[in-house]
Amino acid sequence: MKIAVCVKQVPDSWAEKKMVGGLLDRANVDAVLNDLDEYAVEEALRIAEAHGGNEEGGANTVTLISMGPERATEALRKALSMGANDAILISDPVLVGADALLTANVLANVIQKGGFDIVICGTESTDARMSVVPAMMSEKLGWAQLTFASKVEVDPETKKTSITRVTEAGVDEIFAQFPCVISVVEKINEPRYPSFKGIMAAKKKVIDIQDFASTGAELTQSWSVVIDAAPRPPRAAGVVITDDGNGGVKLVDFLGEKKLI
Amino acid sequence: MSAVLILADFVGGKATKSTVELATAAAGIGEVTALVLAPAGQGAAFAATITQGAISKVIVIESDDFTQHGVAASADALAHVSDQLKPAAVLIASHAFGKEVAGRVAIKLSCGIITDAVDVAPDCTATQLVFGGSTTVHSKVTQGTAIITVRPNTITADFVAANPSIENSTAPISDVAKKSTVTSTQPPVKGGRPELTEANIVVSGGRGTNGDFAAVEAFADSLGAAVGASRAATDAGWYPHSHQVGQTGKTVSPQLYVACGISGAIQHRAGMQTSKNIVVINKDPEAPLFELADFGVVGDLFAVLPPATEGVKAHKA
Repeated sequence: MKIAVCVKQVPDSWAEKKMVGGLLDRANVDAVLNDLDEYAVEEALRIAEAHGGNEEGGANTVTLISMGPERATEALRKALSMGANDAILISDPVLVGADALLTANVLANVIQKGGFDIVICGTESTDARMSVVPAMMSEKLGWAQLTFASKVEVDPETKKTSITRVTEAGVDEIFAQFPCVISVVEKINEPRYPSFKGIMAAKKKVIDIQDFASTGAELTQSWSVVIDAAPRPPRAAGVVITDDGNGGVKLVDFLGEKKLI
Repeated sequence: MSAVLILADFVGGKATKSTVELATAAAGIGEVTALVLAPAGQGAAFAATITQGAISKVIVIESDDFTQHGVAASADALAHVSDQLKPAAVLIASHAFGKEVAGRVAIKLSCGIITDAVDVAPDCTATQLVFGGSTTVHSKVTQGTAIITVRPNTITADFVAANPSIENSTAPISDVAKKSTVTSTQPPVKGGRPELTEANIVVSGGRGTNGDFAAVEAFADSLGAAVGASRAATDAGWYPHSHQVGQTGKTVSPQLYVACGISGAIQHRAGMQTSKNIVVINKDPEAPLFELADFGVVGDLFAVLPPATEGVKAHKA
């Protein structure tokens, strides 16, 4: 199987994020592989390992696909050190500030050309938190959508994939034939830590950096814009008391004063 | 007057409060048409539950494709209706299903998309709270119909009585949408408590519970609240992941958020700091969450919550 995993480099989720000129300031924060994409990389590796491996001469390949500044190669090295085979990074100044629509178009074009059987994504990036790119890529590619999976089963013989979809609307069992776009929720697995051997091997793996033109995407601009962005005013300082045995009663008094009960 | 289309939101065949919130936001933009997508034979019953909200017209499309092919089939129908109505905006509830439908419709119709709006102005400018609620952003769609998903529980719903005209319609469902098939569906396991993202009050427990959520649950029940948990609590297996509030869990913005034994890492704050009132109970006076507290109690949650629970019950009696 040819498996693609879409990953994104994001500001460290513990870092304070700021907007500069209508865009997230990515230059002045620590950048990491999106937490939720680690589950996608892990799931791809598990699927590959269960069906003939992705080592040299194995039956499968796991290719990372990302869009971002050249610095995103750091995040890709991390995912490569977990065990992915190679990576494609679409990096171009014209894509700075790309919205979800443009991103999905570019990624879908790269995936289309790569001849993949399945694409696996995290459910969202921890910076934009939209959760729409997997569904958009499925629509753009005309491939089956199997998203919010807490369990994935793949049969390379019959080319059938089954997932358990978990959302606030309930639990669905869904199946489709290859090719399909999968997104996985974080409870699906426990991502592996890269081994020393994996880290060394990753240094030699190929990251193919391409510009926007080479993707062949027709859409060239974002169709949503940020008009303005401002930090919210800090909350007014509240009252903090120390429990002297009456803390619970004082709490109820507060709720009563605020008409919350 | 321009037209606005909303995708009516249902749980268990009944229109949700989100539907009224969508109608409220949409009414500021133009005349509201609500699209009802229902399983075959159930359209009229679904539509009949739309009793509130400024909705002038309901379009009902019935098909078992919506049950069998989920997001993709619903997106086909919504895009079809939108293409006919040519509304200024399409508003959809911002949950997993709604956002995915919105994403597919944006690709189909070549329109811009904005998710998780907490307000939508008459000119379709959307307000979003990003980076865990620390930053307010105003955005606009610059191409085609504005596809906007609206976060539940953030717009003050106008519960005006709805008396819409009802029109039955159909929409072609593409072969692409039928490529994935739902073989079984189970509704979410419901306790007697409200849904986390829709609740007016949320009481959450963290590391400080040491795995014992009984006091947190009892306090929540006295308030008619939903129960949340920090990532530390769900990772430890003390409470189901579906109740996790935070960056990698649910984002809530209730009238009242009560954090019990939660120190307040950015991970957690990102999911709750837009709550209108915040109460923090923690043994550690240095817990960062006290910075957000409207009312804080430095103390043991197991000592503070039981008398508070009794106090709330007495207040309500």
